[in-house]
Amino acid sequence: MPQISQLAETFASQLFWLLLTFGIVFFFIGRGMAPKVMSTIDARDKSVADDIAAAEAARVAADAAEEDWRARETAARAAAQEQVAKARAKAAAASEKTLAKADAKAAEKLAAAEARIAEASIAAAAEIESVAADAAKDIVARVSGAKVTEAEALKAVKVALDG
Amino acid sequence: MAAESGKIDPMHQFQVQTIWDGFTIGGHQIAFTNSAAWMLVTVVVLWAFMLGGMKQQVVPGRWQMLVENFTGFVAKLVDDNIGKGGRKYLPYIFSLFMFILFANLLGLLPLGIFGVHPFTFTSHFTVTGVLAIMSFSIVLIVGFWKHGFHFFSLFVPHGTPPLMIPLIFCIELISFLFRPFSLGLRLFVAMTAGHILLKVLAGFVINSANASPLWGGIVGLPSFTLMVGISALEVLVAGIQAYVFALLTSLYIHDAEHLH
Repeated sequence: MPQISQLAETFASQLFWLLLTFGIVFFFIGRGMAPKVMSTIDARDKSVADDIAAAEAARVAADAAEEDWRARETAARAAAQEQVAKARAKAAAASEKTLAKADAKAAEKLAAAEARIAEASIAAAAEIESVAADAAKDIVARVSGAKVTEAEALKAVKVALDG
Repeated sequence: MAAESGKIDPMHQFQVQTIWDGFTIGGHQIAFTNSAAWMLVTVVVLWAFMLGGMKQQVVPGRWQMLVENFTGFVAKLVDDNIGKGGRKYLPYIFSLFMFILFANLLGLLPLGIFGVHPFTFTSHFTVTGVLAIMSFSIVLIVGFWKHGFHFFSLFVPHGTPPLMIPLIFCIELISFLFRPFSLGLRLFVAMTAGHILLKVLAGFVINSANASPLWGGIVGLPSFTLMVGISALEVLVAGIQAYVFALLTSLYIHDAEHLH
C-alpha cells in the first residue's frame, strides 16, 4: 500500500503542498469569495423581503384609503340627504306662508266686497223707501187730493215695507 | 493477476510519483509530485468554479445559481450544526467541503484515457490526517479559548451520577481523542476502497478480454456493467464523504462553542 510504504519519503512533500494549496483555498476562496457570495444571497433575500413588506404596506394603505373613502361617501350622502330634507322643509314653509298671505288678501277682498254689497243694499233700500214715499205721496195726492208731507209718506212706507 | 504481461496493480494508482525534485526545508525533501499537481489542479478548478459565481447579480445566471447553492448549502450546514456564532467558521467549513469535494470528483475523472492519470490525494491518510488534525486543533483551540478548563465538562454529560464521573470522563475523553482519527480515516478508507474496487474490476475487464472473447463476454461484460454502477456510486460517495467531513467538523466545533 503506497500510503504506508511511501509514508516516510512523501510525508514532508504532502504536508507542504497540502498546507500551501489548502491555505490558498482558505484565504482566497473561503475568506475571499464565499462571504461575497453569501452577501449577494443575503442582499437578494433582503430585497425580496423588503419588496414583500412594501407590497403588504401598500395593500394596507389601499385598504385604509378605501375605508376612508367609504366613510366620507357615507357622510356626504347623509349630508346631502339632510340638505334635501332642509330644502324641502323650507320650501314647504315658504309655500304655506304665501298661501296664508293669499288667503288673508282674499278674505280681506271678500270682506270689502261684502261691506260694499251691504252698503249698496242699504242705499238701495233707502232709495226704494224714498221712491216709494214719493210714489205714495203722489198716489195719495192724485187719489184723494190730500196733501201728505214727505215725512208722513216716508213713515207710512216704512211701516208698510217692514210689515 | 493472470499473465505477467496483463498484470494490473490496483494499488499503483496511489503511488506518489515525483515530477520535480523540488527543494529542501529543514532537511526534508519537498518534491513536486503528482499528488501536489492534483492539489494545484483542485485549487485552480475550484477557483474557476467560484469565479463563475462572482458576478453578484441580483437575478443570478445558472452558474452563479450553482455557486450560490453550494455556498448556501454549506451556510445552512453551519447554521444548523454550530448554531449561534457559527458563521465565523463558514470560510473554513466551506473551504474544507469544497476542497475535499473537488479533490474527490477530480480523482474520479476518466482522464487516464487521454494519458493524464488522475491522482486522488484524499486517498492518502497523510492528507486526510492533516485536514482532520486541522479541524481537531480548531476544536481544541476554540474550546480552551472560550471555556478554559471548563471545557473538560464536555466529558461529563448532564445527570451523570457522581460515582460514575471518573469512568464516564475517561470514556468520553477517549472517544473525543479518537475524533481526528475517525475523521481522517473515514475519508481515506472510503476513497481508497472505491478506487481499488474500480481498478480491480477494470483489471477483470482487460484481462478477461485479453484471454478470449468468450471470457470477455462471461467475465468482462458483467464487470464493466458493474463498473458503470460503481462509478455512479463513487460520485455519490465523493459528495457524501466531503459532506460528512464538513458535517462532523461543524458538530465538533459546536461542542467547542457551546459545550453540549
